[in-house]
Amino acid sequence: MTLSPSTPLSLYVHVPFCASRCGYCDFNTYTATELGNDVTRDTFHEHLITEIHQAAQRLADTHRVDTVFVGGGTPTLLGAQALNRLLAAIRDDFDIAADVEITTEANPDSVDPRMLEDLKQGGFTRISFGMQSSAPHVLATLERTHTPGASSAAAKAARAAGFEHVNLDLIYGTPGETDDDLNRSLDEVLEAGVDHVSAYSLIVEPGTALARRVQRGEVPMPDDDIAADRYELIDERLTVAGFDWYEVSNWAKPEGQCRHNIAYWRNAAWWGIGPGAHSHLEGRRWWNVKHPHTYAQRVSANLSPMQDEEVLTPEQRALENLMLGLRMKAGVALDAVPTNDDAITDAVTELTDQGLLDPESLEHEPSMLALTRRGRLMADHVVRTLAV
Amino acid sequence: MTHQPDGGAWLPGATDPAVIRNFCIIAHIDHGKSTLADRMLQITGVVDDRAMRAQYLDRMDIERERGITIKSQAVRLPYQAGDGRTYVLNLIDTPGHVDFTYEVSRSLAACEGAILLVDAAQGIEAQTLANLYLALENELQIIPVLNKIDLPAAQPEKYAAELAHIIGCDPEDVLKVSAKTGEGVAELLQTVVELIPAPIGQPDAPARAMIFDSVYDTYRGVVTYVRVVDGRIGTRDRVTMMSTGAVHELLEVGAISPEPTAAQGLGVGEVGYLITGVKDVRQSRVGDTITTANKGATEPLGGYRDPKPMVFSGLYPIDGSDYPILRDALDRLKLNDAALNYEPETSLALGFGFRCGFLGLLHLEIVRERLEREFNLDLISTAPNVVYDVVMEDGKELTVTNPSEFPDGKVAIVTEPIVKATVILPSEFVGTVMELCQGRRGTLLGMDYLSEDRVELRYTLPLAEIVFDFFDQLKSRTRGYASLDYEPSGEQDADLVKVDILLHGDPVDAFSAIVHKDKAYSYGVAMAQKLKELIPRQQFEVPIQAAIGSRIIARENIRAIRKDVLAKCYGGDVSRKRKLLEKQKEGKKRMKMVGRVEVPQEAFIAALSTSEPAGKK
Repeated sequence: MTLSPSTPLSLYVHVPFCASRCGYCDFNTYTATELGNDVTRDTFHEHLITEIHQAAQRLADTHRVDTVFVGGGTPTLLGAQALNRLLAAIRDDFDIAADVEITTEANPDSVDPRMLEDLKQGGFTRISFGMQSSAPHVLATLERTHTPGASSAAAKAARAAGFEHVNLDLIYGTPGETDDDLNRSLDEVLEAGVDHVSAYSLIVEPGTALARRVQRGEVPMPDDDIAADRYELIDERLTVAGFDWYEVSNWAKPEGQCRHNIAYWRNAAWWGIGPGAHSHLEGRRWWNVKHPHTYAQRVSANLSPMQDEEVLTPEQRALENLMLGLRMKAGVALDAVPTNDDAITDAVTELTDQGLLDPESLEHEPSMLALTRRGRLMADHVVRTLAV
Repeated sequence: MTHQPDGGAWLPGATDPAVIRNFCIIAHIDHGKSTLADRMLQITGVVDDRAMRAQYLDRMDIERERGITIKSQAVRLPYQAGDGRTYVLNLIDTPGHVDFTYEVSRSLAACEGAILLVDAAQGIEAQTLANLYLALENELQIIPVLNKIDLPAAQPEKYAAELAHIIGCDPEDVLKVSAKTGEGVAELLQTVVELIPAPIGQPDAPARAMIFDSVYDTYRGVVTYVRVVDGRIGTRDRVTMMSTGAVHELLEVGAISPEPTAAQGLGVGEVGYLITGVKDVRQSRVGDTITTANKGATEPLGGYRDPKPMVFSGLYPIDGSDYPILRDALDRLKLNDAALNYEPETSLALGFGFRCGFLGLLHLEIVRERLEREFNLDLISTAPNVVYDVVMEDGKELTVTNPSEFPDGKVAIVTEPIVKATVILPSEFVGTVMELCQGRRGTLLGMDYLSEDRVELRYTLPLAEIVFDFFDQLKSRTRGYASLDYEPSGEQDADLVKVDILLHGDPVDAFSAIVHKDKAYSYGVAMAQKLKELIPRQQFEVPIQAAIGSRIIARENIRAIRKDVLAKCYGGDVSRKRKLLEKQKEGKKRMKMVGRVEVPQEAFIAALSTSEPAGKK
């Protein structure tokens, strides 16, 4: 593996288990506790630890790890002890930065104060809860199992346990959700005292239970115009409450930004551990086999769990830098955009005239392409226009 | 060249007209014409069983797949009849579709008799009936035959009565065969010899031969099929095409039996082929009379007509860079299709293409399919339209073959082509079909019961109404049981207007249509609604308007898009999202700009397909 020794690394660890599958979710996650051939949820962290060792061996040098993110699935289903053992394994194999950010995702239902304290003790610095909504009927449509109020309670418990950084995830635009519902969800978020909010418009992913229900006509398709209204409402209220947007779907209080996710958007180096996890090192992307069972067999045999890889051309890297960087408030430098001068000038003028690109950022030195609020909702269009 | 064992009278050019029988088979698609022809080839020993290729006479792949015969051919069959004499049976194949009425009429004119072949399980269809009337007009001897009597669903008694009723014979006279098993085919050949008159002509008069088909062959150039009426055409003659006066050397004369067999000449009543070395079927036109250049005839045989396109459509390559390929492909197809014509056309919406004229909808469909299949082209065709003659108030006259060229000024008179249509259908559907025809500005000419439960309806209809989606409507209203035939029947004045479709204020030429005044509103509303569904939302609101001149008759709005962003983009999403973007970049290249509005190619295709193109029936 080629990665210059001074480049810091981010680690992602995927835990592919959930207690039940939510209707809208298309993530790589499984509800069974036994996956056959002795692959079980209770011992699965051993396989993850094996891949952590493999990763460290494959990188010739010992790297500094700046951020770790344990996602899923529902990592907390493994229990604090197993999660802490993962961290210990990482500490054994890598240099851990003094100010390391270590996040775990959690379901409000699957934590208690004791567990939160254990995680804090183990070294976790940040926790992210999937709240989605505080409206019972919205949670029902999403087939979420937690009860309204559980999320803010969990967030408060996390803060009480010493977590400085706590995130709540919201989903907006769910069919049946009203502006009032969303406002009440935001009330709960603000009352919980978190320093980070992610808000995602509901996407009907093909192959999910939700997609089938939409197809059968049981649930209407989410409306894009309503989603746009809701986005603006969220942005208003969070801004007033002292949050600042730093990525299209993410808001944070000062010092509350998620550095791990920023690594993705800056196209930095990260290694994904676990079934289906993606990795990126300097223009080379690869991803692991998806199924936990196949994954476990591979790593047990000390084989790489990699399923496939791609080596990006300079054009593809430039396109990715644009597509990712533009999602962030700071935007991307104009001279990093992959296209010829005349076309880019026309595209920038057109997008600025349409109110999608911020004219002031263009005046900066160097000239930056940054989205306006309307532009944030049209980010993909902006990227397409700039990239053609 | 195959050698025929039985010399003497057999050889083309030396056949006594008294032993010649020239006939064709009139049949509906799937009623078994090709199978019957195959059986005749076998029984007469022209093709042995081993060489038997199913449906020997249909040569082109498309024909075989669709079970229709586009290009007719003639085959010469020796047949030893009951009286011990060897007869020469010339089986002339006829094209089998409504668009090729003229070609059918020329094939019929080359015959003295016709086998009327009808499926014993289905009865006669409209198109067969129309061709039967053509045959009767040509005073052909009709031999009614029911085929497929081996089928369990066959109702020979019922349909024998129907045929007897239509042609005025005794039900007993209707022969019953199974082309599949061969049952009754020998008896049928015997009946052909007995009933069909021998050709009569003047052997010593100047030569006159009628062209009933003309086929381009890559290796031999144009092969012209003729029926000699008077005199004799020999290998050493030079021949004159009487419609143009063009003179050609004869390279070869012969008959098909079933492969081309060269001969010294063709005499009175004989059917065969000529090769002159010309490369374009336009130089050897169906219906034209051929005579010898030396001491030739002065009067042509009657009935020649220039092929006249009735239906027009714009053909555009989806990939604009395919335009030269399309042009070359049309040039190639033209060699074998005297009725196809085209000229370059530019559409603001669709780019460079050709406005093409066709005999009818099937002709259009066949040409389009051949272009796509044989030349690997992806095409958009605009909604088919007919040709209009327009007289302006200032007396200026013009012919409109493309709706977008319909004049905006003061129009005094518009005339449109009309057709005589025949529909044969089960009597239970008469009400709904009459309603359909009335709604399409039809005038009822008559109605007859062919049998207890089968009715023939005759209407005059504007061709434009048939070209729209008449076939589909007819099929769905009768659950596929109705059959339709029509033939051109002149023109009529009509209250027609052009409806334009405007996108964000800019007219889209490809969507303009000429419709009857009473239908302009519903057309405009339907089109605007359809486009609203098909065109993706843009950065700004896009009004879609339907207009007659400057008067707006319908309006829809495509609201401006507000959200075009994926909510989540984390590490595992990057590859997928980049690939999606790369795909969308490609997709953007396939967008057509109409003014400031981006319209995907797919929207044009979907909006222009008012319906499935006309089928075979």
